[in-house]
Amino acid sequence: MRILLIDDEAELVSTLAERLSIRGIDADWVCSGKDALKKIEGASYDIAVVDIKMPKIGGIQLKRMMAEKNPGMKFIFMTGHGSEADFRAGSEEAGADYYLVKPVDIEELMTKMKEVLEK
Amino acid sequence: MKRLKPKFWNYRDVAAGDRGHPFNFRRMWKLTISLTAGVALIPLISLAIVDYQVTQRSIESENLLRTARLVSNIGRSISFFFTQRRAALDFVVKEYAFKTLNEPGTLEDVLQNLKISFGGITDIGLIDPMGNQRNYVGPHKLLGKNYSEQDWFKEVCKRGVYISDVFLGFRQLPHIVIAIKRTLPNGFFYVLRTTLDTAMLDDLLSGLELAGKGDIFMINREGTLQTPSLYHGKVLDKISLSVPKYAPKTRVFEGKNLDNAPIIIGYRYISETPFILVVVKHKRELMRSWNETRMELLLFLTASIILIVGVVIGVSTYLINKIYWADQARIATLHQVEYSNKMASVGRLAAGVAHEINNPLAIINEKAGLLKDLITFKKEYKGNEKLLGLADSILSSVKRASTITKRLLSFSRHSEIRIQNIALKEVIEEVLSFFEKEAEYRSISISLEAAENIPAIESDRGKLQEIFLNLFNNACSAMEDGGHLDIRIKRKDVNDVLVTVADDGCGIPKEDLERIFEPFFSTRTKMGGTGLGLSLTANFVRELGGKISVESEPGKGTTFTVTLPVKMERKEETTHANSADRR
Repeated sequence: MRILLIDDEAELVSTLAERLSIRGIDADWVCSGKDALKKIEGASYDIAVVDIKMPKIGGIQLKRMMAEKNPGMKFIFMTGHGSEADFRAGSEEAGADYYLVKPVDIEELMTKMKEVLEK
Repeated sequence: MKRLKPKFWNYRDVAAGDRGHPFNFRRMWKLTISLTAGVALIPLISLAIVDYQVTQRSIESENLLRTARLVSNIGRSISFFFTQRRAALDFVVKEYAFKTLNEPGTLEDVLQNLKISFGGITDIGLIDPMGNQRNYVGPHKLLGKNYSEQDWFKEVCKRGVYISDVFLGFRQLPHIVIAIKRTLPNGFFYVLRTTLDTAMLDDLLSGLELAGKGDIFMINREGTLQTPSLYHGKVLDKISLSVPKYAPKTRVFEGKNLDNAPIIIGYRYISETPFILVVVKHKRELMRSWNETRMELLLFLTASIILIVGVVIGVSTYLINKIYWADQARIATLHQVEYSNKMASVGRLAAGVAHEINNPLAIINEKAGLLKDLITFKKEYKGNEKLLGLADSILSSVKRASTITKRLLSFSRHSEIRIQNIALKEVIEEVLSFFEKEAEYRSISISLEAAENIPAIESDRGKLQEIFLNLFNNACSAMEDGGHLDIRIKRKDVNDVLVTVADDGCGIPKEDLERIFEPFFSTRTKMGGTGLGLSLTANFVRELGGKISVESEPGKGTTFTVTLPVKMERKEETTHANSADRR
């Protein structure tokens, strides 16, 4: 499976990508919605892990744009903002397949990615 | 007394500060009462006083007038009585010559005729200038008696007519003597003398019924009673009153009798007689009916005043209370707005801080995770237990920090009611987690017990958190180190769940107990308390459809009981739930 990680914090997203690759998962990362849209032009990804709050193009808007271009793509949302209960309601409304509250637990992310792909 | 005291009486607006409160209820109350009562009572009372005096004066003068009229009427009758008899004698003395009268039989006829025409005449005598009784008809043997040395004879010689005082004659019956002199042109004169029985005169006076224990009688100029009186003695007694001084007409004046009781005295000097007609009335008796009326008037006035004062006080108290409650509601609203603004600011700040910390925290988390991954998966770093331990401890610290930020975020977010199904115990545990450290430092033991049958309740998480946060905060500040905080969740009935928060702290004095839910009521203002906590807590409980009550014993502790409904009325739920997600 191919994963695209999108978060405006490069430090965070790069480390996350590295940790995934250690676990044998092929993960690319970008730091903005614009880059993410460019990235999916050239390659196809199974899952996008998107931070909801990003400058310029927010996570929910980006999800819509990417889903248009790549209908089969799954989405997992991340946020550092708000409580889990609120986030859950918001993510479901935006059509996310799963949601995570930062700081992200890597094992949980792995499990959920597998579950999402199997759905 | 304390129960009657209106609510606003001891009200002091603690939050008003230097500007003072716009309403001084007590002053307003006093002013309203004094103004309305004054406007209503002053005219009433002054009217009553004026009317009272006018009526009393008119009744008094009416009494005087009536007495005067009576005296004057009776006086005229008495005058007439004497004038009539004198005129009759005058006629006799002019009609019959001395010679004729001296003849036997003439005087008998005259007496007979006089008796028939006037009555009361007992005898008649003819006296010559030497004072000798020359002829006499009557029950006594007075023929030949010489009167020349007697006063009455001298008097009649001088003035032509004489009317005597009443005196007791031989028969011991009071009578009056009337004598008339006739002088002939040649200088010879003779006197006709008759005796009048006073019974007729007495009848004239005693037949009158006088109001006010009135007494009517005649006296002579020495104050000796000439006719019997009811209250002033028998005939020929001296009266206790002083003899009124001469006046040509009827006079009435007020005085006092021997018992010092006020009396009205009316008198008239009966002209050409030694008599004074006197009427004495007791003023108190005369005024009795007026006094009764006056009593009724006074009672009516008193009742009116009591009624007016009662109504004025009642209405004023009611209205000022209304204003007071309206003002209280206004203040409460203001305070609530103030508080929600403050809470919103605090919430925004907390959310900002939490979010800003969350991001670097996420990075630390990932870096430490990577570190751990490298140690776990890469051969070159493998097996370094010490490094692994360090990475783990970083990760667990991150987890701790993130629980705090999550909690901060969840607290900051709720400003509007958003109804969810909530496990009460979880919420309380969540709130209690804020107190764990404090409890540890101060060795306060916290226990939470929930009954088995507690259902998930429909309520607002944020409000519940604030409610319990406030209650626990209060409990903790009331307790000494080493206190106990017991929280119990019970099922009250099908519809309600009960949470009791009991501490064994300092307790609340009885007089403060009823005020603790008032906004800005605080005993800790000097120590930084706002006095808002409990008032808002109570508000939140009400918003959630619940009730809050408090029991406390100073020195032993305080128990707050919060009753929450299992099901909420869902009228505003949808709008709130939606708006809460817009972030």
